[in-house]
Amino acid sequence: MRWKTADYAGWGRVHTATGELARPERASALDALLSEAPAPAIGMCRSYGDTSLNDGGRVIDMTRMDRILGFDEATGIIEVEGGCQIGELARIFAPRGWLPAVMPGTGFATVGGCIANDVHGKNHHGIGSFGQHVVSLTLLNGTKKQVIGPKRNAGLFKATVGGLGQTGVIATAKLQMIPCKGDVMMVTERRIEGWDDFLEALDNSDATYSVGWIDATAKGDALGRGILEEGETGAGLIPKPKKSRSVPFNAPSFALSKPIVRLFNKMYYGRVPKFGRTSVKPISEFFFPLDAIRNWNRLYGKRGFHQFQCVVPIEQAGALREILEKITHSGMASPLAVVKRMGAGRAGYMSFPMEGYTLAVDFPNRAGAEALIHMLEEMALVADGRLYLAKDSLAKGARIKPMYREHTKYVDEVAKADPDGNFITDIIRRLDLRSTK
Amino acid sequence: MSETWIILGATSSMAKAFARAVSEQGHGVLLAGRDMDDLKRTAADCVAYGAQTGEAVKFDARKRETFAPIYKKAIREDGMINVAVFVGSMPPQDDIDADPSLIEGTVIDSFSGPATFLQGIAPEMEQRGGGCVVGVGSVAGDRGRIGNYVYGAAKAGFATYLSGLRNRLTRAGGHVVTVKPGFVDTGMTWGIEGMFLVATPEKVAADILKAVRKKKNVIYTPFFWRYIMLIIRSIPEFIFKKMSI
Repeated sequence: MRWKTADYAGWGRVHTATGELARPERASALDALLSEAPAPAIGMCRSYGDTSLNDGGRVIDMTRMDRILGFDEATGIIEVEGGCQIGELARIFAPRGWLPAVMPGTGFATVGGCIANDVHGKNHHGIGSFGQHVVSLTLLNGTKKQVIGPKRNAGLFKATVGGLGQTGVIATAKLQMIPCKGDVMMVTERRIEGWDDFLEALDNSDATYSVGWIDATAKGDALGRGILEEGETGAGLIPKPKKSRSVPFNAPSFALSKPIVRLFNKMYYGRVPKFGRTSVKPISEFFFPLDAIRNWNRLYGKRGFHQFQCVVPIEQAGALREILEKITHSGMASPLAVVKRMGAGRAGYMSFPMEGYTLAVDFPNRAGAEALIHMLEEMALVADGRLYLAKDSLAKGARIKPMYREHTKYVDEVAKADPDGNFITDIIRRLDLRSTK
Repeated sequence: MSETWIILGATSSMAKAFARAVSEQGHGVLLAGRDMDDLKRTAADCVAYGAQTGEAVKFDARKRETFAPIYKKAIREDGMINVAVFVGSMPPQDDIDADPSLIEGTVIDSFSGPATFLQGIAPEMEQRGGGCVVGVGSVAGDRGRIGNYVYGAAKAGFATYLSGLRNRLTRAGGHVVTVKPGFVDTGMTWGIEGMFLVATPEKVAADILKAVRKKKNVIYTPFFWRYIMLIIRSIPEFIFKKMSI
């Protein structure tokens, strides 16, 4: 296999790496790579920080291992290669009445990446995390090829789901899909006037899919105002989604300056009529709104951006409000701020979800952002919450490890699976995640 | 009406993208190549993408006995039979310089093998009154260059063959598209220096399908390679022979 030396980056573009990449196109080539030169796998690099980076080392690019290997129409179980993209699965199967049970905010995420980060979607409160719908998966590690699942080598499975690729390469996976009524979404949007109303609305929502957008520049009485989006799948005929557009170059830094973000948020809020509205949208537009603009991360300029995402238990809702207050007072937030009610569902030792509320906010990488985010991390820790590793790019291990109560089990399993450290990546080094110290 | 596409060299990424594209239109696919495990995976993928049938069949350009079983399978299907040829091999010119006998294999893989295959199925296509042949050549066939002139010569031969086949099949209602891709992001070009304006296999597949629909004769993909090659072809030989591009 030929290795290509290239520069690559996490989605937030704060962390970058230079190293050798191999991109197998056949199972035989992937097997050979693992037995000759084991290296961590990467997919579409949609994680924000450094989970998909191995600076100075080698990685296996899985994006060409993207085939659908089988589909059982009776059960909705699908078998795919690790590099298969979620949006593609939705596009192919929704018209036939099936959807991946869990879909993250970008359709470009690969199945391997969704497992390794145990991602969640807009239906987490009802259905749980991605890993909970993995029937089994094939893990490659050296010359070993293991089929594991929730009841088959459960320890290794729990260290693989949400395990950031440290147990080997996910070659294939069997996933349980869920029935849907068709490939359109009925979407109801409502204005929410403030923080307390928002949490109440989220608690009372009985929609299958729900997510809240927050105006992270609004202060005082308007703190936490935003728009609640609720969606259900449906059948119908609507125009195909518009062709995707691309951000051709890095935006200048004033593009996301304070007054512009404030103005944008005001307009975005006002766009939804006072009494709300219900509309019909293509499925991709509801689940993957930003995918329509390729390379949208360039809007943050060449210095990139950070995303802070934490979850706190229900009884700590007050602490989350304080976190939001801190953010609004900093004036550093971008228009991308999202709040969601989470259920308890999680499938791995290092899975992010917990029953509670999660808040995700993007910050352009500017002076002060780092200090602010460190403060937010501490607040989340004190509130018994945790940070999402797929988004994090700044934290230190000492803050992260106490947030993940099963971290020691993860360390044990990973040490057994990969004693030589073949699959270590940049985030593992930064957070020292393979040691309990 | 449903058609069947025989895809020769179906393990290449360009062929896989093309197989998916015709599968989405509901056609049947016969995926021919050497790596049966890989072909079976692609066949399953094609069925998931909507192909009426998806089957893996053994094909080796250097083994003529592999041809007949493929003909047999294709003839079983109703409707038009189409063939897309993605085979070819490009040993480094240095290796060929060291071992001239490599020329033979290169010519079989890239020209005489697929030509023999097409020659065998042409009567069936004529009898059915149509069908389409897609022959993937290379811009390397447009002019012999020091870097890969054996591969280029084989592809040039194949292009001339396709031109003749077009002349023949057109009379019976069939059609032949000659495809000349520039640099494509495949396993062949991965990590090779000096690549520019690299196209994705999906882009090439979409261009080919469009050419099939519009009954184009010769296409370059991406389109601008037509102009790049126009320039390269118009360099007078007395200058070209001293160049190394």
